[in-house]
Amino acid sequence: MAYQFDFLPVLANADLLLQGAFFTLSLTAVGTLLGVGLGIIGAVLRAWRIKPFSQLFGLYVELIRNTPFIVQLFFIFFGLPALGVRMNEWEAAALAMVINLGAYSTEIIRAGIQAIPGGQLEAAAALAMNRIEIFRHVVLRPALAKVWPALSSQIIIVMLGSAVCSQISTEELSFAANFIQSRNFRAFETYLVTTLLYLAMAILIRQLLAWVGRRFVVGGR
Amino acid sequence: MDFTFWDILRNLLVGLQWTLLLSLVAFACGGVAGLLLLLARISRLQALRVLARGYIELFQGTPLLMQLFMVFFGIALLGVDVSPWLAAAVALTLFTSAFLAEIWRGCVESISHGQWEAAESLAMTRLEVLRHVVLPQAMRIAIAPTVGFSVQVVKGTAVTSIIGFTELTKTGGMLANATFEPFMVYGLVALGYFLLCYPLSLAAYRLERRLNVTA
Repeated sequence: MAYQFDFLPVLANADLLLQGAFFTLSLTAVGTLLGVGLGIIGAVLRAWRIKPFSQLFGLYVELIRNTPFIVQLFFIFFGLPALGVRMNEWEAAALAMVINLGAYSTEIIRAGIQAIPGGQLEAAAALAMNRIEIFRHVVLRPALAKVWPALSSQIIIVMLGSAVCSQISTEELSFAANFIQSRNFRAFETYLVTTLLYLAMAILIRQLLAWVGRRFVVGGR
Repeated sequence: MDFTFWDILRNLLVGLQWTLLLSLVAFACGGVAGLLLLLARISRLQALRVLARGYIELFQGTPLLMQLFMVFFGIALLGVDVSPWLAAAVALTLFTSAFLAEIWRGCVESISHGQWEAAESLAMTRLEVLRHVVLPQAMRIAIAPTVGFSVQVVKGTAVTSIIGFTELTKTGGMLANATFEPFMVYGLVALGYFLLCYPLSLAAYRLERRLNVTA
């Protein structure tokens, strides 16, 4: 083959790539914390059929799950300013990730809550636990433990999906890749290295979430 | 040039057709490739199993956008002039095949081992066992998650707008720039995807329920 591979111009920009990877991970961390938080609220409202909110969250979940992330992102970044809601590219990217993960985790956690046998709630009430204790120890934690693998996969999907945020010029990993290849003209090499970085990040997050799951959710008391 | 609402809608419908066509091509080709990948993934040859597993991990662990770029710039390295349409179809096919192979592997492995043993004791070869005993049963289980995954394929086509394939999202972007009405245009784009995906989601949900009742 005539083409000579040259990775040096890519590795010379390793600092940009690592910085981009750091920003992608930061966005993912914000998206995960707020998104799963939103998902917990949505899941409770859905599972316990709390009237107007249950239907509203149902609509929200279907709308988000049946449209592409990039369209949600464009709608937030380009569309919402028409309503006077203006935000910078970081806020728009984070908001899109929160809204996206919120919808998926609502459905995932709802399944976990609904899988808890009613007898457990009665047993907890018989032990004179108050509502907050029951929710924390008997509802939320066992529900999260049941769906932890599915939730972990979804968080990774959202992290990988965030690559399209470069399209609204959020300076995360894929933005760094676009920038580097536009200067060194080594598109294939640049994207290959970036792809492998994403793969490493996916593996890292999977391990991290597995550890968090063992330490705080599934195991222990 | 002024765009009336109907002009916008007409153009978006043209984009929607390309989204639909790309989804169908990716799903059909990805299905065939996925089946071959499944056979490799459950093969008795360890080398094949490892290769298939690596392929699946790679495509499930990296962004679709990066896969698109790799295919787009990778084919160009071979000296072939690559159109966005070709790159989009190839990348989405590879992406779809990895996910379908993994979904189907789960279905094949859920068929009890006794079925394999019974068939083998009837002197059936491995391919015969798959063809006459395991795959027909696995297929029944696979229908609901496969339909469910088709939603991900349709949504995945939106990313191809970035390499310049003029499907629904790209058309929407151009119209938003031309009309200065991004709120309405992206709202309509989202509606277009919803109309494609929601029936599929609903079908997957119904199929899953029906299977659970009979099982």
